[in-house]
Amino acid sequence: MIGRRLLDSKPLCGALGAAGLFCVLEATGRTGLISPIVFPLASTVLGRAVELATDADFLLDVVSTLGAWALGLLLTVVIAVPAGFVLGTLPRAETALRPILEFLRPIPSLALIPLALALFSDKFDMKITLIVYAATWPVLMNTLYGLKDVDPLAKETLRSFGFGPLSVLWRVSLPSTAPFVATGVRLASAIALIVAISVELLAGGSDGIGVFLIEVGGSPDAMVYIIATAIWAGVIGLVSDSLFVLAERRIFRWHTARTEVV
Amino acid sequence: MNRVLRAAGRLWAVPVVLVVWELVTRAAEDLSFPPPTTIAASMYEMWLTGPAERLWLTEAALENIPASVGRLLAGWLLAGVIGIALGIAMGRLPLLFRFLDPLVQFARAIPPPMLLPFFMALFAIGPRMQINVIVFGIIWPVLINAGEGARLVDRQHLDTARVFGLSRGQRLFQIILPSAMPKIFAGLRVSLSLALILMVISELVGSTDGIGFQLLDAQRSYDLPGVWGTIVVLGVLGYVLNSAFLAAERRVLSWHRAAKQTT
Repeated sequence: MIGRRLLDSKPLCGALGAAGLFCVLEATGRTGLISPIVFPLASTVLGRAVELATDADFLLDVVSTLGAWALGLLLTVVIAVPAGFVLGTLPRAETALRPILEFLRPIPSLALIPLALALFSDKFDMKITLIVYAATWPVLMNTLYGLKDVDPLAKETLRSFGFGPLSVLWRVSLPSTAPFVATGVRLASAIALIVAISVELLAGGSDGIGVFLIEVGGSPDAMVYIIATAIWAGVIGLVSDSLFVLAERRIFRWHTARTEVV
Repeated sequence: MNRVLRAAGRLWAVPVVLVVWELVTRAAEDLSFPPPTTIAASMYEMWLTGPAERLWLTEAALENIPASVGRLLAGWLLAGVIGIALGIAMGRLPLLFRFLDPLVQFARAIPPPMLLPFFMALFAIGPRMQINVIVFGIIWPVLINAGEGARLVDRQHLDTARVFGLSRGQRLFQIILPSAMPKIFAGLRVSLSLALILMVISELVGSTDGIGFQLLDAQRSYDLPGVWGTIVVLGVLGYVLNSAFLAAERRVLSWHRAAKQTT
């Protein structure tokens, strides 16, 4: 009976799952099933991950990546949301630009890194530009999608009460599109992190998580560093995503239809 | 005739943009921004100047494009099969879900490019490392969607199946899998576009052939029209893959849409 109730607790089961994986990995290394030289012991990796948390160099790199990530995301919102509103409120402009957008969208943004290497001399500018380019898509598309979802009755009502188009936009379209924009920004935040680390990894630079990975790549226990860094990157991704979800729930509690569009 | 006119009405901006781009780049004469005609000429040069018996495809086209597409599809199919199997298992077994869900959420949060140094250290450069990067990077959308689809199967359908004496296997293949299908397809579609990205990035660092390798090669020899041209080819490839997937989805899920319409 007690066992049953213990297994109902979600955090406990999750912790057990993680502990189980840890033990299995540790055991395969200790028994020699997979040589610890090829794949380091789970305890070694965990120890290194804890060490990294107090490693000043690593923390500086994390701060640098997060700075680029935040700046890129901010610029994305500043560019993509107004662009989405312009396209969404001018149907002619949207139908004209749609084919061009549909062609640009499937180009993998990371494939632009070699081109960007030729175009930019400054690595930081290049990183920010690529982040903004890649992160713009989900924000733009969700903004457009949200504008299509605005209740026409609400708009007509305001219009018949004599409100001008700008105040209809401000009072109806903007608030009812905001939850969609928020979802787009959350998706964009994951993409921005991916692009930031990829650019650092492929194009180098002076600091950042990707640069840290390049630097430790030559050391004899590179694998330990790589996995420990990946763990921290996962933690960063998870924390930022949960913060966005939490903020969305807080701010848009009134918005019940939680639809997601990529 | 009417349809042609309407298509022209929708697409008029494309030639306008191309012409403006051509004129601006010709006027600017910046080597980093070649005019579209130069890009097109370099694409033709790179891929379509081979002998006639090979359909005019060049050595580079026959070597790089199939290699890239093959790795992409191999990784995607593998991730699809593993993701669907694991996802359905997690969706139908609540206890397994509770044990593994936090691990899955964590693994999903790791940015896929972080896998590159990991698999490069593990397997060295080559197709094995690339396919591994693709599979690990793209499996999560399929797994999570399959799990959600399997969890939300209509109870009534399952109970009816049980009453009619369907075995576990029959229930899996005739009830659970079909009702999870729309969700699975949504996951597969996200994975396909992710697979293209990971294919390119894995070829940029660890490859001796493929479109990504050709892209890097063009950049290293300062062949800017070649870089632009390769990016255009990647865009076309992404567009073709997505359209092919949507066509397949429409076909496979036609019953689903039909069922939605009658209810």
